[in-house]
Amino acid sequence: MKCGLHCIKIHDMTVTMGGETIIEHVNLHIHCGSICAVIGKNGAGKSTLIRAILGEVPYTGKVEFKDLKDQTFHNLKIGYVPQHLNIDKNTPSSVYDLIASFHSGAPVFLYKNKKLYREIRDNLKLFQAEELIDRQVCNLSGGQLQRVLLTMAAIKKPNLLLLDEPVSGIDRPGMQMFFDTIKYLSENNDLAVVLISHDLDYVARYADQVMLLDKTVLASGTPGEVFESESFQKEFGVREVQEV
Amino acid sequence: MNLLSFLEYDFMRNALLAVCIITPLFGLMGTMVVENKMAFFSDALGHSALTGIGIGVILGIGNVNLIMIVFAILFALLLNKIKQSRFVGTDTVISVFSSLSIALGLAILSQGGNFSRYSSVLVGDVLSITAQEIVNLAVIFGAILIFWLFCFNMLHAISINRSLAASYGVPVKWMENLFAAALAVIVMLSIRWVGILLINALLILPAAAARNISANMREYHFFSVLFSLFSGILGLVVSFYCNMATGPAIVIVAAVIFFCTFFYSKSHGS
Repeated sequence: MKCGLHCIKIHDMTVTMGGETIIEHVNLHIHCGSICAVIGKNGAGKSTLIRAILGEVPYTGKVEFKDLKDQTFHNLKIGYVPQHLNIDKNTPSSVYDLIASFHSGAPVFLYKNKKLYREIRDNLKLFQAEELIDRQVCNLSGGQLQRVLLTMAAIKKPNLLLLDEPVSGIDRPGMQMFFDTIKYLSENNDLAVVLISHDLDYVARYADQVMLLDKTVLASGTPGEVFESESFQKEFGVREVQEV
Repeated sequence: MNLLSFLEYDFMRNALLAVCIITPLFGLMGTMVVENKMAFFSDALGHSALTGIGIGVILGIGNVNLIMIVFAILFALLLNKIKQSRFVGTDTVISVFSSLSIALGLAILSQGGNFSRYSSVLVGDVLSITAQEIVNLAVIFGAILIFWLFCFNMLHAISINRSLAASYGVPVKWMENLFAAALAVIVMLSIRWVGILLINALLILPAAAARNISANMREYHFFSVLFSLFSGILGLVVSFYCNMATGPAIVIVAAVIFFCTFFYSKSHGS
């Protein structure tokens, strides 16, 4: 259940690659059970921010995961849903192969581990995707793939879920279902969510806080506060906020 | 004519044993070469053998195998570094290094008009393999099998998405380098028997054929190893009875299997 007693803090994060500063002095404070949407134009450094939190690119600054109850720091467990998978037409990888490769050492090329198979199917069931377990990943629709990737991220029981533009190529009902699932996950699993999204309507309806990024944080706060800010209106024009 | 009469000859029995070790290994590793779109990479790796031999000749080292392997590993790690940097067009740079390694090798080995001494390495000759060399291959076969058992899931995860793999604690760069180095070792140990010109085909074709008809990783590996082994044995037998080089015969069989599976998958809409 949502306890709100854990928080993830990013202090003064700066990423420099090949002599070029991609993001600088980024601060973010997010509580468990809440969703933070990162918005900004292309090339603003949104994906770099995610890659830095993942530890994939070197950065200066700090990422902390704190228990507010006893003020102790813990190791942060991160779940991640990427923008793309390198899966082509004909890639011989089933949903079981995909998930098992990340979660287990049981060699997927040799045999199907029955216990693991059941475990994966049970988890897929939570996202109404259990019938997909033996399907080839390349044949899944955008929405089905997102459910599989969310299952994967959820199995890990992370404290922080990072989603990099996860809804590209999904129709409106699919989007609705996706955001409902994210909301449910964050509130019921005590999970902080950082989500990169271009869909400002959904951001306004589902995010608890919004960060407008363009190399550095131009505006942050509730969707209403950010959408009314000068920086936001310069970037995206005037928008009305319809919260759920 | 007895179809098994070729087994009366020692060199054919040795060649058969070698084929039964090399081809499953290539079938196994080919799956990840194809998944990671490394066909060009492994081709360049094969070409680096010429420079490896050339360096061995210059240094006057008797054991050319060792110098070839060391050079190929360094070459593979360099190519990987370029691939990982993502700053330049990988294909173009691999092509530059591939051409350079052929040119360097040819320049060194053709000094004094002696290249014909080394031309056999271009086409390969599995019939000249000795018992000791088969033992060496068997050892590397065992090592790669262990590597595959413990590391395949991680390699598969990396091939799907590097960042996602990293978020699960997979040491992405280490694994990529380890795979490239393992590839370098098996390519170099097999190149004298298969030939520089054809080694990449043997790595790519069985896996590509298996990919046409497989729905999961188990089928993919099973068919890839099966096609590779089948092409190897049939190619060897055909080359014996038709009196032609073995490498090309194996590759022709593998290519026929590729086209059969390709048209099968087209007609079955998979």
